[in-house]
Amino acid sequence: MRVTINGEQRDIAALRVDALLSELDYEGTHFAVALNFDVVPKARWAETELKAGDEIEIITPRQGG
Amino acid sequence: MSTVKFYDREFSSRLLIGTALYPSPKIMQDAIRASGAQIVTVSLRREAAGGKTGDAFWSLVRELDVAVLPNTAGCRTVREAVTTAKLARELFGTPWIKLEVIADNDTLQPDVVGLVEAAAILVNDGFEVFPYCTEDLGVAMRLVDAGCKVVMPWAAPIGSARGITNRDALRLLRDRLPDVTLVVDAGLGAPSHAAQALELGYDAVLLNTAVAKAADPVAMANAFRLGVEAGRTAYEAGLMDARDFASPSTPVVGTPFWHAVS
Repeated sequence: MRVTINGEQRDIAALRVDALLSELDYEGTHFAVALNFDVVPKARWAETELKAGDEIEIITPRQGG
Repeated sequence: MSTVKFYDREFSSRLLIGTALYPSPKIMQDAIRASGAQIVTVSLRREAAGGKTGDAFWSLVRELDVAVLPNTAGCRTVREAVTTAKLARELFGTPWIKLEVIADNDTLQPDVVGLVEAAAILVNDGFEVFPYCTEDLGVAMRLVDAGCKVVMPWAAPIGSARGITNRDALRLLRDRLPDVTLVVDAGLGAPSHAAQALELGYDAVLLNTAVAKAADPVAMANAFRLGVEAGRTAYEAGLMDARDFASPSTPVVGTPFWHAVS
């Protein structure tokens, strides 16, 4: 199904957040995930279902002022 | 020197410093250590698939053993800022958020209307908000009404190094909000600018570019540490008021050849 990940349209097979991170080969340990502008806590990645048209943001710590 | 309080946490350093724009990760760490800062600002950005940029940066920050103040830099709407704050809480495990809602790309002028709205939403959600705002007293009062115990007016636009451009307004904020922790955030270029902010009674300053873009960031971090300490010490010592005319410092009585004009 087609979703938007970090602003880019992608076709994915994963049906849940944790599966999506595996499918996209996210290897780091410090991410946070937002699904349609709502934060999905790490404890709920395995149970949170995705659907076509979802907007997913995957973010990490970065330099800031 | 007295300590400074940010919400329920007390610190001895009155300098908050950013983690961006340094020539190298090593210089970033050395400069932050030299600044004596106990609070650093960080941001959140999109991570590319497979990337470990976030992990690498985060381990550098954790080695410093400092408190982390995440920002919402780059957010232009209340919705973006609120979601970014919630992501920061999830990622960094802190209720602190440096709240930025930006109105204009060229000046990075805060959108103070959106800022007040976002601050109220976040305070109600349990956040401890550090709003980046202009020097406008009305806006600062609205932020305090919304539940902000820290308010951070700019000295000048972010990264401009112009120093305090509206001293009278900053002084007024200090006078009218004596119980709020006030931080001059953005626009400082020299340690003397930081000293001026502390002399006005500001509780702390937050800066990044002036250190990171100096020819020697580590030495400049130390200079800002000294500037902040000098400014605060002077404030606590009690500065004399300015006056319009001269007043001799050398005693007049006993001046040779002096005689009263008859």
